[in-house]
Amino acid sequence: MGYMLEVQHITKRFGGLVAVNDVSMGVNAGEVVGLLGDNGAGKSTLIKMVSGVYHADEGKIFFLDREIRISDPMDALGLGIETIYQDLALAENLNVYSNIFLGREKLRKVLGFIKVLDHDLMLSESRAILNRLEIEIPSLKNKISMLSGGQRQAVAISRSLYWNAKFLIMDEPTAALGITEQKKVLGLVRLLRDQGLGIIIISHQLHDIFSVSDRLVIMRRGVKVAERVTKDTNPNEIVSLIVGAETVRR
Amino acid sequence: MNSTNAASLEFRNRRSRALGVFAKNWALFFLLFLVGVFSFTGRGFFSVNNFQNIIHLSTIFLLLSAAETYVIITGGIDLSVGFVMGLSSVLSAKVMQVIHASGAPQPTSILIGSLVGIGIGLVPGIISGLLIARFKVPPFIATLGMWGITNGITLRICQGFPVSFLPSKLTEIGNGFLIYIWPGKSFSFFHKPFGVQNAQIRELVRIFPYSLVFSLIVLFLLWHVLKNTKFGQHTYAIGGSMDASVRAGIDARRHLLMVYTLSSFLAGLAGVFNVFQTGIGNFTPFNAMYELFAIAGVVIGGASLMGGKGSILGSCVGVVLIRLLENGLSISGVEPFFRFIAVGLILIMAVVIDQLFPELF
Amino acid sequence: MVNTTDIKSTKRLLLFLGRRWALLFLLFEAILFSVIARGFFTVNVAQIIFFYGTSIFLLGTAETFVIITGGIDLSVGFVMGFASIVSAKLIVFLNNSGLSPGLSIVAGVLITFAIGLIPGYVNGTLVARLKVPPFIATFSMLAITHGTSELLIRGVPATNLPYLANAIGNGYFIYYVPGRVISLFVKPVIERGEYFLELIPNVVVFTFIFILIFAFILRWSKFGQHTYAVGGSVDAAVRAGINVRKHLVKTYMLSSFFATISGTIYVLQYVTGKADAGAPFLLDAIVAVVIGGASLYGGIGTVGGTLLGCLILSVLETGLRVMGVPTFDKYIAVGVILIFAVLIDQFFPELTHKGD
Repeated sequence: MGYMLEVQHITKRFGGLVAVNDVSMGVNAGEVVGLLGDNGAGKSTLIKMVSGVYHADEGKIFFLDREIRISDPMDALGLGIETIYQDLALAENLNVYSNIFLGREKLRKVLGFIKVLDHDLMLSESRAILNRLEIEIPSLKNKISMLSGGQRQAVAISRSLYWNAKFLIMDEPTAALGITEQKKVLGLVRLLRDQGLGIIIISHQLHDIFSVSDRLVIMRRGVKVAERVTKDTNPNEIVSLIVGAETVRR
Repeated sequence: MNSTNAASLEFRNRRSRALGVFAKNWALFFLLFLVGVFSFTGRGFFSVNNFQNIIHLSTIFLLLSAAETYVIITGGIDLSVGFVMGLSSVLSAKVMQVIHASGAPQPTSILIGSLVGIGIGLVPGIISGLLIARFKVPPFIATLGMWGITNGITLRICQGFPVSFLPSKLTEIGNGFLIYIWPGKSFSFFHKPFGVQNAQIRELVRIFPYSLVFSLIVLFLLWHVLKNTKFGQHTYAIGGSMDASVRAGIDARRHLLMVYTLSSFLAGLAGVFNVFQTGIGNFTPFNAMYELFAIAGVVIGGASLMGGKGSILGSCVGVVLIRLLENGLSISGVEPFFRFIAVGLILIMAVVIDQLFPELF
Repeated sequence: MVNTTDIKSTKRLLLFLGRRWALLFLLFEAILFSVIARGFFTVNVAQIIFFYGTSIFLLGTAETFVIITGGIDLSVGFVMGFASIVSAKLIVFLNNSGLSPGLSIVAGVLITFAIGLIPGYVNGTLVARLKVPPFIATFSMLAITHGTSELLIRGVPATNLPYLANAIGNGYFIYYVPGRVISLFVKPVIERGEYFLELIPNVVVFTFIFILIFAFILRWSKFGQHTYAVGGSVDAAVRAGINVRKHLVKTYMLSSFFATISGTIYVLQYVTGKADAGAPFLLDAIVAVVIGGASLYGGIGTVGGTLLGCLILSVLETGLRVMGVPTFDKYIAVGVILIFAVLIDQFFPELTHKGD
């Protein structure tokens, strides 16, 4: 089997602006790939095409060796591709387990035919997954607005895992977190990688990326300018690639 | 920690929890408080008859507020409900009038008229919903536009006059009760006991007006959907974060369309109710501001105009509070203008309390 | 053969026209009515349009400032009514206490101006300090001013104003008797049957002056700049050092002030105070502001745009009235225009960003 997720010659334009220009890359199962680049490099646009928010203008996407069409977020979710956005996309006014099941609520039947939300089931399932990931949140009935940044990140990750994510995309997962929480999140990422998920991480925190990723893909102005194996490179080289001191295509 | 500290901490915890419960349900407490006050200041306030009267008149507002509840929870607003109600009222009455005049039996004309009225309620909602969901028109504008358009169409249909000459059975149903009790003599269901002369109707104790029964059924359904179904959950989700909902795969556009259609539908239902209750097809007068009072009821009931919060139960309490206030003030002999001032003040109080205790809701 | 410069200039022309769609619509409307409705294209009708437009415009300007900050003021209609009652009663009271008509009018109006700031102050405080959503705060104020107005009137309309009030309110700026006299403000003695022209109602003059002043303020003063800033991003405004709370209070007071002006003008025109004098204008005011290009989310809008919106509505209503069409259709037309205006802003966002 080749890559778990692969994009070939993918391009996205917004009017006259080419946000993503003929980019090809792939991620293996059980691998973490860091997607790097300065602002406007096209990283977010690229992952949004994989998660279904945007449609690619040109190019193909392959998942598990099959070419796929992703026309909306539901398609991506259905395939097992889960995305955790920078702003986490959580509903502040709903509680923890409601967010984990957002859009895919569990129902039960009352009086034989009336379909009603199954709060108990959602609560216990959420508790189970949070325990598995060793995340501590005292009461799952609390609204999201009462949680810390790290806890919210954990909820977002749990949501993806509950739905048997095979592939995870994370956009700036550690940006708003304190040191301890950053370590916890990175630990989760390693745990998931060891379980066989393929993971793409976008981040500006080079030391986080270096500590957790296997390979690095660098983009600049919509184009992929380099790919490196993490242990074969160093932050200085990466920074100059991001900024453009050398444009070496490999 | 020694025991006195623990005890006082426990006491303070309990006290703030009690305060929290009080604040969360302040509208209800205030309602009870008003009942107490008005029972003293107004003769005849604290009677079965009067309470039934209040509820009877509240029916329409309960439906309109329930409609607004869904819309407001999604973070939107529906300014057209008052005039949609007028439209359906006038249209259903007109249909009933025409069919009745052509000689058809009463039940037929009533039935068809009602169906038409309920059906026409869907149309403005679908249009508003499309404008809001698909064309991203701000809800305030879209429903304001419909506000004007439905009003104009309504006036065109009735030419500025209420529609009358309706089948007589109408008011029987509209003002009928489930149980009639003739104290000491007899009781019956659905109609007044035999042998009661018209002049003696005052002696009857009447319980459960039909309008209440119907409203309760509708409200119960709405409550159930909002609290226990996916549709309700998604309504809250969209109000809390449109973004999160879309990315979780919720079809927000379709959902919004359905919510505004529902709101308009309920307004249409209210219009038909109105015809049953009053026996004529009434267009909504320009100054009635029904929609504003409906919204006030919802906000007093705990909803936030930003969306994400609210409940059917709360809205009902809010509506009854306003109606009770009005009724109580007028029975107590207070002049009408105070009513306006009172509603305004309560509304502000509702929002301020909401600000002070945000984490409770 | 069409070359690229032709295409470019066509596109620019379309863009130029598109930006001014409201103006074009107004012209179209005016022409349409002139053709369809007999008696429309006369000086008289033009004056009616401006007369009617005055109230809408004053309330519309009030709303412009408020809407640019991202809020809304639902109370302007009833503040106008409140002001009409207060000023009427004051003028009558002062007159009856021995003050000359002229003086009692001036004093009454000025005192009303001061009193009229109160609802705005309350609105602003509720919104800025207590974080009450503008919709709720101003709706409550609507109810409260309505109640207070009724309280003041107690069912008895406020009338019996000195004749001077009527003269000012319904007077004109220019009186022209051909061949004989041109007089300002004062109506010359007219022989019976003699032809004369009355041009530019006084109220229009007053309103015009106010418009100029406040359009200037909105566009060129710090206050105006801050209004746009607060509407664009409260956060950014706060961090830039703008006292957003004070600014909002001032904004709502300004709105209230305009409603008060409108109320006093109403008294001068109709020589009576009515609680719901301004109620029908609220909707038109908001619609006018939106047609004029403002966004309900704040940050965009101009006094000129609102003026345009007011004229469009005023022409529409006057035209319909001249044609004898029942007012029902007016609501439909206004509703449609409103939605249309917003859709244009949606589909052609380039049109609202002037000077890009």
